[in-house]
Amino acid sequence: MRDLILFTTIVAAGTGGELCVSRAMKNVGEALSFHPAEIFRVILRALKQPWMWAGVSMMALAFFALLGALSVYNVSFVVPITALSYVAGALGGLLFLHERVSFWRWIGVLLVAIGVTFVFLGKS
Amino acid sequence: MRVGLKTFLMILVMVIAGPLGNVLLGKGMKRIGAIPMWPASALLHEGIRIFTSVSIWLGIASLITFFVSYMLVLSWADYSFVQPASSLAYGVVALLGYAVLGERVSPLRWLGVAIICLGVFVVTRTGPRTTQREMKGQS
Repeated sequence: MRDLILFTTIVAAGTGGELCVSRAMKNVGEALSFHPAEIFRVILRALKQPWMWAGVSMMALAFFALLGALSVYNVSFVVPITALSYVAGALGGLLFLHERVSFWRWIGVLLVAIGVTFVFLGKS
Repeated sequence: MRVGLKTFLMILVMVIAGPLGNVLLGKGMKRIGAIPMWPASALLHEGIRIFTSVSIWLGIASLITFFVSYMLVLSWADYSFVQPASSLAYGVVALLGYAVLGERVSPLRWLGVAIICLGVFVVTRTGPRTTQREMKGQS
C-alpha cells in the first residue's frame, strides 16, 4: 500500500507538475535571448503564474516521494519504474488534453510498460 | 542545427549527471533508512535529517547539473534529437547502481531496463506533439 502511494505520487505528481509548468511557460512566452536581463524578466513573469506554483509544488511532492521510495528500494529498481511517466503522459494527453497519440508512440509506451513489468518481476 | 562535439559532450554530461544524481540520492536515503510516513512529527523529523546528508546535497547538485545541461543543449540542438538520446539514462542508472552502490540486479531486471530504454527511445523519437511539424526550423 505504501509502495503504491509512493510510486503513484512520483509518476502522477511528476507528470502533473511538468504539465502545469509547461502550461505556465506557454503563458510566459518564449525567451527572446539569453541576455541576463531577458532571463530575469522571463523568471519574474513565470513566478507570477499560478500554474507555475502549482507545478513546482507537485514536482517537490514527487521529489520527496522519490526520496521515500529510495529509502526503501534500490535505485536500479526505483528509477526504471518512474519511466511509467511516459505511459501516464500518453494516457493523460489522450484523456485530458484529447491529443492524438501516434501508432509508434503507443508502441513505445507498450514497450515501457513491458519493461517496467519485467523490472517489477525481477525484484529480488 | 549543429550536431557536433559540443552536443555529444553535453548529452554525455546529461546522461551521466542525471543518473549519478539519482544514485547519490539513493545512497543518502539508504543510509537514513526507511522513512516513517506517520505520525507527521516523525515524518518531519526524518525530513530534516534528509537535508543534513552530504550525499543528498551532492545528488541535488548533480541533478541541477543535469537540468542546466539539458536546457543548454536544447538551446541549440533539436528536442527530437536530445530526448531519444536521454533514454540511455535508464540504462546508466542501473549500471551505476550495480557498480557504485553494489546493488544486486537480476537478469530479469536488466532485461526490463533494456526494454524501457528502447521504449523511451521509441516514444521520444515520435516527437512530443503532433503539431511539431509546423514548429520545425524555429529551434
